[in-house]
Amino acid sequence: MKTIVGLEIHVQLATATKLFCGCSTDYRDDGPNTHCCPICLGLPGSLPRLNRKAVEYGLLVAKALDMRVLEESDFARKNYFYPDLAKAYQITQSDRPLAVEGTVEIEDDEGHEKIVRITRVHLEEDPGRLVHVAGASKYSLVDYNRSGIPLLEIVTEPDMRSPQEARRFLNKLRTILEYLGVFDGEREGALRVDANISIEGSARVEVKNISSYKGVEKALTFEATRQRNLLRRGQTVARETRHFMEGRGITTSARGKEEAHDYRYFPDPDLGPIRVADRVAAIDLPELPTARKNRFMAQYGISLNHARTLTGDPRLADFYEYVAPADPILAATWAADILLGELNYRDMSIAAVPADRIRELLALLRAETITDAAGVQVLREMLDACAAGRPCEKPADIVKREGLARATGDDFVAIVQAVIASNPQAVEDYRAGKKGALNFIVGQVMKETRGRADPRELGRIVSECIEKGGV
Amino acid sequence: MAGTLDFSPDDRYNAFITTCSTAPFSGGALAGIAVAVKDNISTAGIETTCGSRILEGYIPPYDAYVVELLRREGAAIVGKTNMDEFGMGSTTETSAFGPTKNPIDTTRVPGGSSGGSAAAVAAGLVPMALGSDTGGSIRCPAAFCGVVGLKPTYGRVSRYGLIAYASSLEQVGPMARTVEDVSRLMSVIARYDPRDATMFDRPYDHRPSADIGGLRVGIPEEYFGEGVDPRVAKKVRGAIGVIEELGASTVPVSIPGMRYALAAYYVICTAEASSNIARFDGVRYGLAVDTRKSWHEAYQDIRQEKLGPEVRRRVMLGTFALSAGYAGRYYAKALGARQKIRQDFERAFRDVDVIAGPTMPTVAFPLGERTDPVSMYLSDILTAPANLAGIPAISVPCGRVDGLPVGLQLMGRQFEEERIIDAAYAYEQGVKA
Repeated sequence: MKTIVGLEIHVQLATATKLFCGCSTDYRDDGPNTHCCPICLGLPGSLPRLNRKAVEYGLLVAKALDMRVLEESDFARKNYFYPDLAKAYQITQSDRPLAVEGTVEIEDDEGHEKIVRITRVHLEEDPGRLVHVAGASKYSLVDYNRSGIPLLEIVTEPDMRSPQEARRFLNKLRTILEYLGVFDGEREGALRVDANISIEGSARVEVKNISSYKGVEKALTFEATRQRNLLRRGQTVARETRHFMEGRGITTSARGKEEAHDYRYFPDPDLGPIRVADRVAAIDLPELPTARKNRFMAQYGISLNHARTLTGDPRLADFYEYVAPADPILAATWAADILLGELNYRDMSIAAVPADRIRELLALLRAETITDAAGVQVLREMLDACAAGRPCEKPADIVKREGLARATGDDFVAIVQAVIASNPQAVEDYRAGKKGALNFIVGQVMKETRGRADPRELGRIVSECIEKGGV
Repeated sequence: MAGTLDFSPDDRYNAFITTCSTAPFSGGALAGIAVAVKDNISTAGIETTCGSRILEGYIPPYDAYVVELLRREGAAIVGKTNMDEFGMGSTTETSAFGPTKNPIDTTRVPGGSSGGSAAAVAAGLVPMALGSDTGGSIRCPAAFCGVVGLKPTYGRVSRYGLIAYASSLEQVGPMARTVEDVSRLMSVIARYDPRDATMFDRPYDHRPSADIGGLRVGIPEEYFGEGVDPRVAKKVRGAIGVIEELGASTVPVSIPGMRYALAAYYVICTAEASSNIARFDGVRYGLAVDTRKSWHEAYQDIRQEKLGPEVRRRVMLGTFALSAGYAGRYYAKALGARQKIRQDFERAFRDVDVIAGPTMPTVAFPLGERTDPVSMYLSDILTAPANLAGIPAISVPCGRVDGLPVGLQLMGRQFEEERIIDAAYAYEQGVKA
């Protein structure tokens, strides 16, 4: 029983102004209804005027996804009543979208490369937002700040075969959008997904209202299980629209209401056709994730896994390229394996990391001035300082202040002997041939020396001491 | 030169919905001239209702571009004129604020939907006024009230601030007692506005000239056929004779697509209206919705209560024409017919410079006579084709039948308002002489 998934993704384009008026799109810290004008409020008599930048962003995406841009596309009105929809119609594209027939390459569940086909991309305006006020007298307020924010809707063919593939597709798409600079992932609701999912041979279910791309895998996993269970019990899957309840991780039926809509699309007489196909050739695409990943492997000699991780976010990739030159492999290990973990732990963005300081830290590691363990300590101190908004000390100063410089093993003989003396059982075990016991003793020494010594060297000294008969 | 104009007219014809007793003005081409504005054109600070209860109390926070231009040229905006509700009518009888009477004969309709503007000009309350024309709404009342009215080329005057009825058909246009004043007002309002994406940068800067030697005038048989009062046809033929005497020649032309014009027009305008009028739901303007009800029930109630029967009829017709399973049969076919009519005019204009015919098939009819919507719709047959084709058309008075004015309609190529204005001016001066 194959699982079949197709996605519709709404991406807020990061233009400075709205799709059909001059209002600013950045209302994050402002009160409700402060970024509005007669046009995005749909006041009687106002007219839309298309934002050129939004079309350019749409074309960038179309080219990056290898799509065919229509010679002539146009805007249509999607008519429906809803309190957040100021004009009682949404200006969108229907029969003639901006571009059609594209591809995105992802990995399937076996790790093989596969193509997800893109059906179409089109431009449309975001409606306003309802704020439901609870309490004794329940009521709702309308905020039109979001009304008219440009959206790019990206529709895929039903080419994904598992919730995990859908997640990988979204990660890849998101990365491409970030590389193109058309999307600000930090904005709330910047990427919203509707998913179509079916078990091969059964009816298709549309899951709406998935407001984070992380929620997609959750929603689809729930839905796939629900559908399989129905079929297993000999029941049928109803063709319907379901809502994803993010908090509870489940989907619930929208009870046929959504399907009853007849949107009465017709070309918007206030906007002329768009003829931009001839501009596509002149667009210079930035290097996209796949190309950059391949270049990283070739140019820096790093592993596929490291290259994939490092190119997963354009800012991380830029960061890596800044710190890599002296020792690309060391830099890749530190950026991909250590730094990312520390950032996740602190919920910090790569943008907040001082690349110069990391470069200095890598130089200390490369010169073997400090051990890896001491390096992690220095890194943590620096990140904590950045996260707290304190100035970030030079790593060399931290090393000096904390006395973290690598010592030669000979400086630790006394400590080694003390540890051996206080762990007779481990020494016994080691002598009996248990190699793990050596690691335990080395670990104890590392703890005592705060990571200043090289663990391999310590291992040698510990075994020498024991063999010399130490205790 | 700047100041305020006191305006307290004897509005016995109910031409105005709102009057401004003191209207400020400044210097400019229209310095201190009282101009009336149809009530579907947004005026900052002045209530704008479209003749509908649903917009009662709505005071726009911004000026339509044409109003901005009027103010810039010094005009005193003295009031907002009565109209059929949202422009949906040919008599001004569907206004929620009562019908306007025809100043020539107060038992007759003034025509519509810009009946208030035409009556205000005909009664001498203002020298000029703005109307809007979706299927004849400037030319019909101009003809019925014996004034001059111009529907500009689609895209020559900004629609920004004109409350939409049928967006692809309508234009704001000038109305006045003389061709010269119509031309003067046109040269103020025909200015490029980047906020209207359907506009062309083709400003109008023209002084009418009566020199029409060599002008080729097309006479379409369809404009003199069935349904046209023979006495009206005769008057119009007489007027065309005057134009010939002034140096023009006449050529028979044909607009075979005319037979689909009215059907196409009513499908397109109601389809667009069903979408344009949908925003009036009580959430943002007019009387607030009853919040104890669910929002969609509250919407239904307020639209049922506050929109008049003709508006509801057209919204329902248009909703039907666009609905799944019917859009192909109605809306798509209407667009096809529109294309054909456009081509018919293009073909005709290869041989002629202007096309002449009656503006209306009859003279003004008695108030309350046309209660059957279809017979009312039929009265648009001679005006709607110019809207479908997007070409300019002017109505100029050409005599009377039974004491009631008859309008001569002159249509021109796109952006050739200058030619039809010259022809109308030549006729007007020729008759006067």
